[in-house]
Amino acid sequence: MTSPHTYQAQGIAIKQTKFGEADKIVTVYTLEFGKLKAVAKGACRPGSKLGGNVEPPNYSLLMLAKGRNLDIITQSQTIDGFSGLKGDLWCISCGLYILELIDVFTTEGSPNQPLFDLLLDTLKNLSPSNGDETVLRYFELQLLHHLGYRPQLHKCVVCSSSLKPGLNFFSPGQGGALCPECNHAEFASRAISIDALKVLRLWQDCDYPTASRVKMSSKLSSELRQLVQEYITYFLQREVKSMAWLEQLRRGITVDSNCGVN
Amino acid sequence: MAFVAEPIANLIGEFSKLPGIGPKSAQRLVYYLLRNSDEEAKALAEAISELKGKIRLCSICFNITDCDPCPICQDKQRDHSKICVVEKPSDILPLERTGKYQGVYHVLHGTINPSQGIAPEQLKINELLSRLQDGSVNEVILATNPNLEGETTALYLHRVLAPQGVRISRLARGLPFGGELEYADDVTLAQALESRQEF
Repeated sequence: MTSPHTYQAQGIAIKQTKFGEADKIVTVYTLEFGKLKAVAKGACRPGSKLGGNVEPPNYSLLMLAKGRNLDIITQSQTIDGFSGLKGDLWCISCGLYILELIDVFTTEGSPNQPLFDLLLDTLKNLSPSNGDETVLRYFELQLLHHLGYRPQLHKCVVCSSSLKPGLNFFSPGQGGALCPECNHAEFASRAISIDALKVLRLWQDCDYPTASRVKMSSKLSSELRQLVQEYITYFLQREVKSMAWLEQLRRGITVDSNCGVN
Repeated sequence: MAFVAEPIANLIGEFSKLPGIGPKSAQRLVYYLLRNSDEEAKALAEAISELKGKIRLCSICFNITDCDPCPICQDKQRDHSKICVVEKPSDILPLERTGKYQGVYHVLHGTINPSQGIAPEQLKINELLSRLQDGSVNEVILATNPNLEGETTALYLHRVLAPQGVRISRLARGLPFGGELEYADDVTLAQALESRQEF
């Protein structure tokens, strides 16, 4: 029988920090309790029975014991290790970006089942690179939706009139799209094409298999990335650090054979 | 700590900054030093001041050393055609203790960690590439830790080293000696199965 001092949770490890000689503090996004931090004792040692199971981005069933400050992970069993994404640099980097987004957007003790399901599905959908970023954009939009930051893309956020086909504007500060009449310099808006507006509207409301069927040019893909990431940066009031790494990989920046960064 | 002499309070404060040392342990260490002879206290003080004064990074492998190049890089008996890439200087010690590796090392001084803003330019990757320029190296062994950041660094190194035409290998992952299958974690066990060898 489970005593009141122990409890179970299924969660995805999103971050680890070393603690003491061989322990780790693991941040886990759980289905039952939202984000929580717990100590994995001895997890740095090669023989640890916890080590591999609490390594991000593993999805595990955890047994936790109540601690004075932090709870302690006493047992763990991997449900999905997402081994597919670990062998590809782009996939693993996208995984790191997704985990960082979850970490910075959530607070401890706020369970959110749709967000948990979204995280789990997105990690499953990450597959070795074809350069397609639909999985990231879809995740970002759905994350914003589940946390209450969904941008308004159907009507002008100022006058509430329906947006007409043609050039419209998007303002992170105003929380969505603006018609040309309502657009002012102080809104710090940027132009949004009708194709970008259509794709974003679709991705806000459809499931991932439908979203992944959208074929788009690299120009449109780049426009969508800039729009959504500006919106995220506005809400966080800082850049997501992994964004810069993804940008570096996207541009193919590598340390070249002449020993300089190009 | 007005009721404690200032030099004692200062030293307790300094010891408390060390990893794994709390105020109580720091207090015990200070009173231990007070009970000991002057010579022993002076020897400890000298050892600490020498640590920062004499220690530098090896200009070849970037290991911590008191002479440049370090004894490993200077050793003519070692196989300089093999470079084992590790994250930090303390990773060299366990590899040396095995007595199985006779090549040389390269210390990256960190791993790629996008969420901490650590990019490849901040690591000693350029320096590793320059070591491969003369063509004398034929194998690079990636010994980064088997975690997400270590894996990212290894994949990135593979990407930049592959065009150099050297053999790139990775330390094997599997069950620890003395461990029990029953208690092995699922990820390690899966990797041990994937990288099983002909017996």
